[in-house]
Amino acid sequence: MIPPLPRPKRKNPVLRTRAPLLPPGPRSRAALGLTAAAALGRFELQECAACGAVQYPPREACHRCLGVELPWRRQSGEGELIAETTIHHSHDTFFRERLPWRLGMVRLDAGPTVVAHLHGGCGTAPARVLVGARLDKAGQGVLVAFPPEEVPNMADDRQLREMTCDPKYRKVLITDGKTAVGQALVRAVCAAGAELVWVGHAEPWKKLPGLEQIDAMPGVSLVPLDLTDSRAVREIAGEIGGKVDILINNAEVHRTQGIASRSGIEVARAEMDVNYFGLLRLAQEFAPAMRARAADGQSSATAWVNLLSVFALSSFPGQGTYSASKAAALSLSQTLRAEMRPAGIRVIDVFPGPLDDEWNQTLPPPKVSPEALARAIVAALRDGVEDVYPGEVAAEWFARWRENPKALERELASQS
Amino acid sequence: MTRAAADYGDVVVAAPVTVPYVRHSIRSAHHFVARALAGLLRRAGLAKSEIDGLSLASFTLAPDTAIGLTQHLGITTRWLDFLPLGGASGVVALRRALRAVQSGDAEVVACIGADTNHVDSFRQSLGSFSVFARDAVFPYGSGGPNASFAFLTSHYMQSFGARREDFAKLCVAQRQNALHYPHAMFKKPLSLEEYLNARPIAEPLRLFDCVMPCAGAEGFLVMSRGRAEALGLPYARVLSTMERHNAFAEDPIQLRGGWSLDRDRLYGSAGIAPEDVDLVQTYDDYPVMSMIQLEDLGFCAKGEAPEFVRRHSFTTDGSFPLNTCGGQLSAGQAGCAAGFLGLVESIRQLTDGNLARPVEGARFALAVGFGMITYDRGLCSAAAILARAGDGA
Ligand SMILES: [Zn+2]
Repeated sequence: MIPPLPRPKRKNPVLRTRAPLLPPGPRSRAALGLTAAAALGRFELQECAACGAVQYPPREACHRCLGVELPWRRQSGEGELIAETTIHHSHDTFFRERLPWRLGMVRLDAGPTVVAHLHGGCGTAPARVLVGARLDKAGQGVLVAFPPEEVPNMADDRQLREMTCDPKYRKVLITDGKTAVGQALVRAVCAAGAELVWVGHAEPWKKLPGLEQIDAMPGVSLVPLDLTDSRAVREIAGEIGGKVDILINNAEVHRTQGIASRSGIEVARAEMDVNYFGLLRLAQEFAPAMRARAADGQSSATAWVNLLSVFALSSFPGQGTYSASKAAALSLSQTLRAEMRPAGIRVIDVFPGPLDDEWNQTLPPPKVSPEALARAIVAALRDGVEDVYPGEVAAEWFARWRENPKALERELASQS
Repeated sequence: MTRAAADYGDVVVAAPVTVPYVRHSIRSAHHFVARALAGLLRRAGLAKSEIDGLSLASFTLAPDTAIGLTQHLGITTRWLDFLPLGGASGVVALRRALRAVQSGDAEVVACIGADTNHVDSFRQSLGSFSVFARDAVFPYGSGGPNASFAFLTSHYMQSFGARREDFAKLCVAQRQNALHYPHAMFKKPLSLEEYLNARPIAEPLRLFDCVMPCAGAEGFLVMSRGRAEALGLPYARVLSTMERHNAFAEDPIQLRGGWSLDRDRLYGSAGIAPEDVDLVQTYDDYPVMSMIQLEDLGFCAKGEAPEFVRRHSFTTDGSFPLNTCGGQLSAGQAGCAAGFLGLVESIRQLTDGNLARPVEGARFALAVGFGMITYDRGLCSAAAILARAGDGA
């Protein structure tokens, strides 16, 4: 039985906010394969290319045939919990603050025995479980044994919440409410149980479609936020920065041009000013306050989401300057992730394919609907992943990019 | 069937030395190695220059290994071994040293297990223990082997009906034995209630299921019988030994060790049977391991140790003397020295050099080694059967 997450009490402002601690982070390079898969929400283990034996812990050579080709392959995670323990003592500062902590030893049907964090919904050993990979607070892949069937309040499990960024009872800033994606995001995080939602509004004097309905939703308030204005960003950060638990930066300027199709750099500069410098301004003003609140009880600051584009991986020449601004933002987001990791705050990059909006009017379907994109972002928060490729186009281009980035470059060039 | 190992002929083991344990030390491991070596020389009446072989086991010498210690301690050897094998290091050191002396590669080998323990060194050493532990155990919070042994204790209890009271019986009896051993870290009796009600560490393990890490050293000398007699040193003979690493890798969780693979050969070479053994020193880092060793080494069948424990008293003056100086659970665990503790105590028992209470008329002793939890189980199993001079095949 998992008790439902209680609504957080108002914080006593006199109490010291705890400094964030992380679980042990060092890993061998081989073990980072688990992290790489977990960042995408996948559970993968090494499988010997020569004999097929599944390996764990991660290693350099097959324990059966000594083969050294050990590609990472998706696992079902099905297995049997053969023993469990609840630890009441730890030498590690992160876990000391979180004891008692439940662990299980699971014999995977695929062969290996793994040590895993044990979800509260799992029965006592022996019991069937489903092992999955999650990123822990240190941003490293770890294994979690879940009950094989959904149980009530599954996401509220105390240990699991240390690895996820569930919006439930959290305060969320969505940087742009004027777009269909922004408004879908507001509805999605409210439906996910967010406590408060601030919605950025770059031109508060303008009446834009949908904003009034958003503003009328309980817990939602519009705030003036223009990412091209450093002072305005600083002011709003001074007002709400110390309360934001999840920041979703969905503001973007999207024009459709390459290099030859238009002279001058004004449009490209406008894209960069929001898509790249806007992120930089936000990060400079909001990230320090979020880092300081990374261990602030049950509803601590937990995640930063950047809406990028699958064009950030490889340029789509027909939207070349937009692709470049998203590539710049991706690079900056990696820096932000490096700076947020010591506090245990997850930086999530979202790489959709073309959205079903006016700027992609001429592109053929399938295109991602704003609602589907918003759902994918809430799911990413709930699963605590780092990289999301919502929609079929994004998933396919990501697969092509992983397999052969040069081939994708040619393919995208011929589509423009 | 593998060819039977040759016996150890006229090579013997002598000069059991313990450098008294302390909970924490600001000294490095080198300090404890030096004191152990000095103790061995004093005990044997040898000069430093007469030691021509050194076997060293330690986790806390880094960045040094045995070679650095030759210069540090100013000794010149023609045979050198470094065996950071934890709980198996004592038996493994013994069997290598016996062959070295037997083959003439060395004349007198000093075998030493030594480690220091700073206030924070246990926590700090965790990250460097093994790649598998760093990747697949420490991120789960247990820090050290407690969780691994909690898993296997709970699995053992489930599989074979062991009760907490059965583990308690071993711990309480060993504490009784430790009360007569001046170097034990624990000096007060342990009651059943104290054991059962101690604070939980990793369920089902509680405080007195876990050893206390400390600093200290153990050592002994290996030489020819002639040399020992010339020095006037009491000695014991080594009838048979075994070591086995990564046995039963296919078992999903550890319920047995490599001993069960090599048991018949071990007793066969010694020319004795389990019932001839007068005292047993298990590697008792957790009481469940004593039960597994009693089964795997033929004192009872697999799964019957709980019943066996209920039948015996385990004190030095009772039935089935076990861990006669208190074992690690009462004497403390000084890193790799823990792998020597049972051997050193066995040599004392068989040479009448007792610090603890003697087992009357003891002729044969069995000392067990076990160690290296690099991921989910102990990889090294080892054992040695020792005999009083003049006894045995
Ligand atoms: Zn293989």
